[in-house]
Amino acid sequence: MELLCPAGSLPAVKAAVDHGADAIYIGFKDATNARHFAGLNFDGKKLDKAVDYLKQHQRQLHIAINTFAHPEQHQLWYQAIDRAVDIGADVVILADIALLEYAKQHHPQLTVHLSVQASATNASAIAFYQRNFNVKRVVLPRVLSMHQVKQLARSCPDIELEVFAFGSLCVMAEGRCYLSSYLTGESPNTVGACSPASFVRWQETEQGLESRLNDILIDRYGPAETAGYPTLCKGRFEVDQRVYHALEEPTSLNTLELLPELFAANIAAVKIEGRQRSPAYVAQVTQVWREAIDSYQRDPSHYAAKSEWMSRLAKLSEGSQTTLGAYHKAWQ
Amino acid sequence: MKYSLGPILYYWPTQQIEEFYHLAKASSADIIYIGETVCSKRRNMKANDWIELGKQLSQAGKEVVISTMALLEAPSEIRNLKKLIDNGDFLIEANDVSAIEEAHQAKLPFVCGPAVNVYNAYALKVLLDQGMQRWVMPVELSRDWLRKLSGECHEMNIRERFEIEVFAYGHLPLAYSARCFTAQSEGKSKDNCETCCINYPNGREVKSQEGQPLFTLNGIQTMSGDCYDLINDQQSMKGLVDIVRISPLGEESIEHLEAFRKRASSAEHYPTPDTVNGYWHQIAGIRQQD
Repeated sequence: MELLCPAGSLPAVKAAVDHGADAIYIGFKDATNARHFAGLNFDGKKLDKAVDYLKQHQRQLHIAINTFAHPEQHQLWYQAIDRAVDIGADVVILADIALLEYAKQHHPQLTVHLSVQASATNASAIAFYQRNFNVKRVVLPRVLSMHQVKQLARSCPDIELEVFAFGSLCVMAEGRCYLSSYLTGESPNTVGACSPASFVRWQETEQGLESRLNDILIDRYGPAETAGYPTLCKGRFEVDQRVYHALEEPTSLNTLELLPELFAANIAAVKIEGRQRSPAYVAQVTQVWREAIDSYQRDPSHYAAKSEWMSRLAKLSEGSQTTLGAYHKAWQ
Repeated sequence: MKYSLGPILYYWPTQQIEEFYHLAKASSADIIYIGETVCSKRRNMKANDWIELGKQLSQAGKEVVISTMALLEAPSEIRNLKKLIDNGDFLIEANDVSAIEEAHQAKLPFVCGPAVNVYNAYALKVLLDQGMQRWVMPVELSRDWLRKLSGECHEMNIRERFEIEVFAYGHLPLAYSARCFTAQSEGKSKDNCETCCINYPNGREVKSQEGQPLFTLNGIQTMSGDCYDLINDQQSMKGLVDIVRISPLGEESIEHLEAFRKRASSAEHYPTPDTVNGYWHQIAGIRQQD
């Protein structure tokens, strides 16, 4: 099972490699990837250095080109694919049918993984991408229960499946959420960021600290509360005069306890979320997951998620809470 | 310009569905979409009931399209999808790539619905080769996006091969989740939801703590809080849009369809209080531009 770790910067690439990642995923410094934040991602010399570091340490490089090409600007996206090939990326992660078609036509030898942003949640959808574009692996959206993941693995034996293991929990089917664009006008699918930082505003008021997105109140915090980034699905809103987390509480996905089941289902890779996070975060999460995977492989029958791992990961989680998310049916 | 009634996105009692389509039959709608697109637990109307309803509407001279689910996670949902695709009479609207795959396997044409991620002419070209006949633009895209995309389709000589439909009225479907937010709002889990969404025929309103309408909870679907309404934007659709979609909110939506049609050929401004049209104008969807 591959441990696939995120990197938004060169130090994060090194942190991931040094702490045991098998593969790293990165994006270019433009709207072609779904974590298009200022100060993140790669181009120029930093990109070359990242590639060199990965090659030296014989780790795989995945490049996420997982937004959707704009009309009259498709060359930007096509060139991103060409560039990934030029620098010797092992994998490109794509979501747009147009880009999948381009990769098939122009780079038939390139290994293509279907991005979570393509929202393939069932065997027929996977068959579509496999038949038309020969994708080697599908990254599953975080909307499936463990039972459903197993079912899929059984019904699609000739395709690799990758699941999210740890990190921020996207509560909506990825690639199909317009909540952010509805409030800001900028879309994750087209501009590459959810709740873009330029729309975020913090304000101390008499009623507490307020977080706003494009001037719209997302949450209000008491003095003892930890304030979270104003992601729409994690705000506190009012439904029928009751104020609560109407969509999702700030919490992170953590599937360490599911590792034996993921192995049993023949899952090809576990993915850590967080290209926007610090190198220290990447280092710690990678280290825990490396230990866990190694521990399982040494002695599968005695594997258990150690409490030390769980508490280390909890400290890195939103609201210091972790969940099995949709993998665990009760969460639904 | 043709006018369509989109699928009912909410869970209505069977009688309400029947009454709605009784009126729809007598309306001036050119195309009527039917079927359940949000949740497979909404089973008042089964596949055969929808197909039967389709036949009645078809006999009244309507073009009928059966819309399919947007988020399919279980083999049983795929089986139901296949049943709808093999209905023998009607075109289907694919709201997930799985439906495109199944329609292609069955050698049947399809409409590409708004929940499929298609953002450019090159993606449309791929889908045309799979059997697409009509494309419903994702709701977050603007007139300007459509104008550029349509221009590319002309250059590629594919524009004549399909129709373009725009979601022009109703609460916008914005997201789909593993969780059921309506059940959650009643303190229930998804498994034990008792299909409580039937109690909210237009969803549940979500407001900010300052009372601003933001979203509408509709089962696993999250919709816009305000109603989208492009009734006064129809002039800017000329030459770009073939079909205008009205998403049903109730019987009054049929009257609104007639108002749309009337407004298309007159310059009279139609009052639209508490509605939004931002997406069409390439600004935040929640905004209104006059």
